[in-house]
Amino acid sequence: MKPLIIADRKFNSRLLVGTGKFPSGAIMHDSIEASNTNIVTVALKRANLSGEKDPFVDILEYIDAKKTLILPNTAGAMNAEEAVRIARLAATAGLPRWVKLEIHPDHNYLLPDPVETLAAAKILVKEGFIVLPYINADPVIAARLQDIGCSTVMPLGSPIGSNRGIETRAQIEIIIEQARVPIIIDAGLGAPSHAAFAMEMGADAVLINTAIAIAEDPIKMAKAFALSVQAGRIHYEIGTSHLSKMAHATSPLTSFLDK
Amino acid sequence: MSNFSDIYQNIPIEALVQQSSDTNELIVKRILGKGEVRNLDDFAALISPLAGGYLEELAYHSNKITKNHFGKTIRLFAPIYLSNECVNICTYCGFSRNNKIPRITIPLEQVVSETRMLANQGFRSLLIVAGEHPKYVSNGYVENCISHCLKIMPSISIELGPLEVENYIPLVKAGCEGLIVYQETYHEDTYKEIHPVGPKKKYSWRMDTPQRAYAAGFRKIGLGALYGLYDWRYEALSVAAHALFMLQHCWKVQLSISVLRLRPSMGNFKPNKNYLMSNRDITQLICAFRMLLPHANIVLSTREPAALRNGLVRLGVTTMSAGSSTEPGAYSNFEESNWSPKQKQPGEQFHIADDRSPREIASMISGQGYEPIWKDFDQSLVTSS
Repeated sequence: MKPLIIADRKFNSRLLVGTGKFPSGAIMHDSIEASNTNIVTVALKRANLSGEKDPFVDILEYIDAKKTLILPNTAGAMNAEEAVRIARLAATAGLPRWVKLEIHPDHNYLLPDPVETLAAAKILVKEGFIVLPYINADPVIAARLQDIGCSTVMPLGSPIGSNRGIETRAQIEIIIEQARVPIIIDAGLGAPSHAAFAMEMGADAVLINTAIAIAEDPIKMAKAFALSVQAGRIHYEIGTSHLSKMAHATSPLTSFLDK
Repeated sequence: MSNFSDIYQNIPIEALVQQSSDTNELIVKRILGKGEVRNLDDFAALISPLAGGYLEELAYHSNKITKNHFGKTIRLFAPIYLSNECVNICTYCGFSRNNKIPRITIPLEQVVSETRMLANQGFRSLLIVAGEHPKYVSNGYVENCISHCLKIMPSISIELGPLEVENYIPLVKAGCEGLIVYQETYHEDTYKEIHPVGPKKKYSWRMDTPQRAYAAGFRKIGLGALYGLYDWRYEALSVAAHALFMLQHCWKVQLSISVLRLRPSMGNFKPNKNYLMSNRDITQLICAFRMLLPHANIVLSTREPAALRNGLVRLGVTTMSAGSSTEPGAYSNFEESNWSPKQKQPGEQFHIADDRSPREIASMISGQGYEPIWKDFDQSLVTSS
C-alpha cells in the first residue's frame, strides 16, 4: 500500500481517527492504538490549552504524540473569526501547526458552512497552517479551497454521526476526479464496509470517529476499520477487474469496419 | 420572526393532552417501531399513560439515540447563586419576596473565590443564577462577574430575570455562552395565580425570552417547565412545541431541555397532589424528549434523588449539575475535601435531593462506563483576550 502524503509529510496509515464520544480516555487510547492510525484529531474546545497539566481536562494525554500527529480541530467554532482564533491559540500552546478546519453553525446536523470555511482557510493558509477543511460534498467549494492552498479537502459521506455511509457518491466522484490534493472522506461512515467502499472509489483516506467510539467494543471496531481501509486501498491500487452485465450483441456493432 | 407566545395561542395543547389520554396501542406500537417522533401528535402518544406501559422500549430507543449523538458521555456543570434578592412573589420559590430569609448579594471577590473553589472540584462550566432585583442584580454587576469568572471557567451560562435584547448583548460580548429560562408553567391561568406580584407576572414576555436571547447572540439556550405546578403532560407538550419552534426559527441554536420537578422550599406553597410527577413519569418524559429532539442536551439537576440520577445517566440525559448549593455565598462555607456544607443554608432557593460531591458524581458516571466531561467549550472561541 502506498503511503499517504499530505503537505510533504508521509503517513503509513490511511485511517484518521477522531476523539469525541468515547466512554473513557483509556478506551480511546486503546482504540487509537488498535487502529494503527498516524493522525488523530482533537476538538480544541475539549483540550487544555494552558500548557499546564490538568487532571480534569486531559484528553491530549491519552494520545502518543510520537506515534501520531495530533490534528487540532476547530469544532465549536460558528464562524471564520472563531475558527482562526482557536487555531492560533492551539499553535501558541505548542500543538502542531496543522488544523482540521470545521465550522458548523448548525448544532443539530453539524453541517459545514462553506462561506465561513473558505474565509477562515484563506487566513490560516496565509499564516502558514496546513489546513484540512471539512466540507459538504460540493466539488466547487472543494476546488476553491484547493485554489487557495488547502492541503486536503475532507468532504462528508453523510451527516456527522449518521452512520449512513456514502450518500454523496456522485459529488464525491467528481471531487476525486478533479483532485489536486488528497481527498479524505470525513463523517457519516458507519461500518467498515463503508470505509472500504470509499477507498475503492479512490479516496486517499477516511476519518472515523462515531462508528468506533460508540461501538460495543471500540477497540475491535478500530481494528476492523484499519483492515477495511487497507483492503479498500489495496483493491484500488491493483485496479478492479470489472464484472460485466452487458450482453454481447449477436451482430457486432463494428463489423462494418472489417468489410 | 413571529413570537412563540403568539403562535402558542393557536396550538391546541388541551386537545393534545386529551389525545394523549385517548391514544391506542396501534399508535404507540407504530411509533415504537419507528423509534422516533417528529411532531406533537406522536409526542402526545409517547407521553401517554398507555405508552407508560412500554417504558422499557422507550428507554431502549432513548439510550440508543443518545449514544449515537453524544456517545457515552455526561457533561458536568455547577450553579453559582449570586443573589437571593427578589422583587417577585412566586408562591413556590424560596426567594419569593415575602419569605423571611436572610437576603444577600455576594460581592464580586466572593463570586470569584467561590468560582475558583468550583474549578478546584473539576468544573469548567458554570451557571450563574440570581433572583430578579434591578437594584442588587444589575447588568453591570453580572457582566463584571462574567468577565472575572471567565478567567477561571471556560464556559459560563446565566439564569436571571428576563431582559431586553440590548441588555443581553453586553453579557454575550463579555463572553457568556448560554442562557437558561424556564417558563415554570405554560398554563396561563396557573402562571398568573402563582406569580401575583413583580415583573415575572408578564407571561408572554417570559415566554419569548429564548428568542430574545438568540437575537442577542447566546449560543446555548435552555428551556423547561417546573413540573408539579400543573398537569405534567400539558407542560411537556408545551415545552416540546417551544423546542420545535426554536429549532425552526433559530437555526444556530444549541438547545437544551431541563427536566425539573418542584422541590420543597420556604413559604406556604402546597403542591396540588394531582400534578405530582412520579419517577416513572419523569423517566418516560426524558425518553420521549430524546425521541423528539435527538440533538438537544437534556439537563438533570441535583433536584432529583441520587438513585434516579444514576439510572437516567443511560437514558437520554447529557448534562448534570453536581455538588450544588442554591444559597448565595454558601460555597464559601463548604468543606473542600469532601465538598459538604459546614453550616445550614437558610437562604437557599430550594433544598437539593442529591448532595453527593462532584467527585462522587464523576465516579458514579464512569462506573457506568460513561465519561464525565468537565470541559466542552473554550473561551478563545468567543473572546479575544
